Amino acid sequence: MISIKNLHAKVEDKPILKGLNLDIKPGEVHAIMGPNGAGKSTLGNVLAGRDGYEVTEGSVVMNGKEMLELEAEERAREGLFLAFQYPVEIPGVSNLEFLKASVDAVREHQGKPALDSVNFLKTAREKIKSVNLDQSFLKRGVNEGFSGGEKKRNELMQMMMLEPQLCILDETDSGLDIDALQVVANGVNAMRDPNRSFIVVTHYQRLLDYIVPDYVHVLADGKIVKSGGKELALELEEKGYGWLENGEA
Amino acid sequence: MSTVFQTQQLAALNASNGWLTAINEAGKAAFAEAQWPSRKTEAWKYCSLKALADHAFDAAATASTTAEQLAEITQIAGLDAYQLVLVNGQLQAELSSAMALSQVSLFSGADAEQQTLIADRLQQARLQPGHHLFNDLNDAALADGVLVQIGKNSRLDKPLQLVSISTGDNHVVNSRVIVVLETGAELTLIEQFASLANDSSFTNNQTEVLVGDNARFNHYRLNLMESDARFIGTTLVDLQRDANYDSFHLGLGSVLTRNDLIVNHNVGGSHAEIAGVYVPKDSQLVDFHTDIEHRVAHCTSNEVFRGIINDQAKAVFNGRIHIHKDAQKTLAELSNKNLLLTNKAEINTKPELEIYADDVKCAHGATVAQLDNKARFYLQSRGIGEQEAQVMLSFGFINELLDGLKVEAIGDWLRPVLAHRFGRDQVFSAEQTGDL
Repeated sequence: MISIKNLHAKVEDKPILKGLNLDIKPGEVHAIMGPNGAGKSTLGNVLAGRDGYEVTEGSVVMNGKEMLELEAEERAREGLFLAFQYPVEIPGVSNLEFLKASVDAVREHQGKPALDSVNFLKTAREKIKSVNLDQSFLKRGVNEGFSGGEKKRNELMQMMMLEPQLCILDETDSGLDIDALQVVANGVNAMRDPNRSFIVVTHYQRLLDYIVPDYVHVLADGKIVKSGGKELALELEEKGYGWLENGEA
Repeated sequence: MSTVFQTQQLAALNASNGWLTAINEAGKAAFAEAQWPSRKTEAWKYCSLKALADHAFDAAATASTTAEQLAEITQIAGLDAYQLVLVNGQLQAELSSAMALSQVSLFSGADAEQQTLIADRLQQARLQPGHHLFNDLNDAALADGVLVQIGKNSRLDKPLQLVSISTGDNHVVNSRVIVVLETGAELTLIEQFASLANDSSFTNNQTEVLVGDNARFNHYRLNLMESDARFIGTTLVDLQRDANYDSFHLGLGSVLTRNDLIVNHNVGGSHAEIAGVYVPKDSQLVDFHTDIEHRVAHCTSNEVFRGIINDQAKAVFNGRIHIHKDAQKTLAELSNKNLLLTNKAEINTKPELEIYADDVKCAHGATVAQLDNKARFYLQSRGIGEQEAQVMLSFGFINELLDGLKVEAIGDWLRPVLAHRFGRDQVFSAEQTGDL
């Protein structure tokens, strides 16, 4: 599905990613954990193609295509989706008009027929219900005045509408209470599919009780320093990250 | 040296209009002496009057228009209002609703009491700050006007929609509206200025409002004329004790659209909420001059104007807040944000604060902004192309103010009009999303 090789990236001339390697096969869920400042959020932003993140070395190949050569919108159309840690508020742009433009662009690129407004609205109503948001959120400005948890659920809602192949969840669990966490986890679990992969970036093991990963990786100082199965998350919860950063691993 | 415009307008003035003669003569004398504004005239510095100066206008035309034509340009879908239609300044009873007609009086039909009231308002208007030669012309040419009076503690159950349309080529319309809300009264007034295509007429409008004690006035002033139409308008608002003025101003853009808004806080406790949008394109010019006069203590005002200027169009925003010596405890805010879509688009924005009281809170800001990069990336990360993202965000910048309108039908109606203007039609109609 996606193969990240020797990825180096800088932010404002400061190297953050320093040779990251990761291979993800279709259907797999990979959790990436690590201490603050390890480069977790940088990874998501680099993969999504955000300005200001300069890739100095390496490659990211998804379904045979080099992602690093594509614009952010082209990556999204290829099926890459980043659920943001801090979704931005866009007053004046209605959630519904935004979603329609987004789904239209992605479907057109993928050669799928466009959804007419009636069917689209029907689907959108179903999806927003499934993430426990009131229907009125469709009409409101994108994330405008949403609480932290509502923003995360709106990210999930977009992910459901776009049906991406690779979903990157950037600290989607941060700041959520357990009820909201379960809503998000249920949504993600419902989307698990033999052809869809997930990168779940998190600071806390708690999320992984609800979204059970196939692999857990520890990111420290811009590199993956340890990989294992889901039991690694529990070990990290118990011991912290210190033992890995000190090079004892 | 006077312009063709001045010479011609003076010559066209009638000698006398009955009980209005005094005001006619005062206006005429002042207009005859008025200096034509130039780049050196502060209030008109960035507002070129080229479209008027040497333009020869005809006397008011009598072009015939069909009811269908009028309906097409004046109907605000979904708006339940009492409509009053003026074509080239003449009230059209057959196009107006009976209820609207019963709520208004014409100056020409005013009884003695109303004449006193009108004359007093007209005199007051001559003393207002920023009074200019087009106000003089309006006084000089005044033959008739519309008086809306809402009695003590009463209200009209629907908005009053006052539609002014110019239909013929090349004529001049001087129009006048006076609104008086007595103590505790409420009114929503929608002033809609429209024109038929290829209409190079000039509309010189003046609307004066007295909002009595504890009265509420919701005001929409929509400049929706075609590109060739010339428009100069003045709105004077006098706020009495605890009066509330809530308004929205739209300048869609034309070869000349100039609006002056003067709000007087005359007695304590009054509040003014003013929002406005301008979106000129091509070679259009839109100018908003606003002046909030805090004359007494304990009044508040909040003003937000946003503009998007496209092509080689030009916009002017001059927002003055004048806090007089005795106006302690005033809260006044003013914000003006602009987006320039091209290198040739131009905005001249100037917040102007004059504060003579020492215990006030006053904030102002004017920006000429770029679009928010974070928001643009967010849209792009969802597959939306850069250009489309730009269009969506530009529209959103304006739409934010439409979302706040109390008469939702106006927002619902304007949204697709403005979205179309920015090259991206709305997908969902107001009917489709009505239950959300």
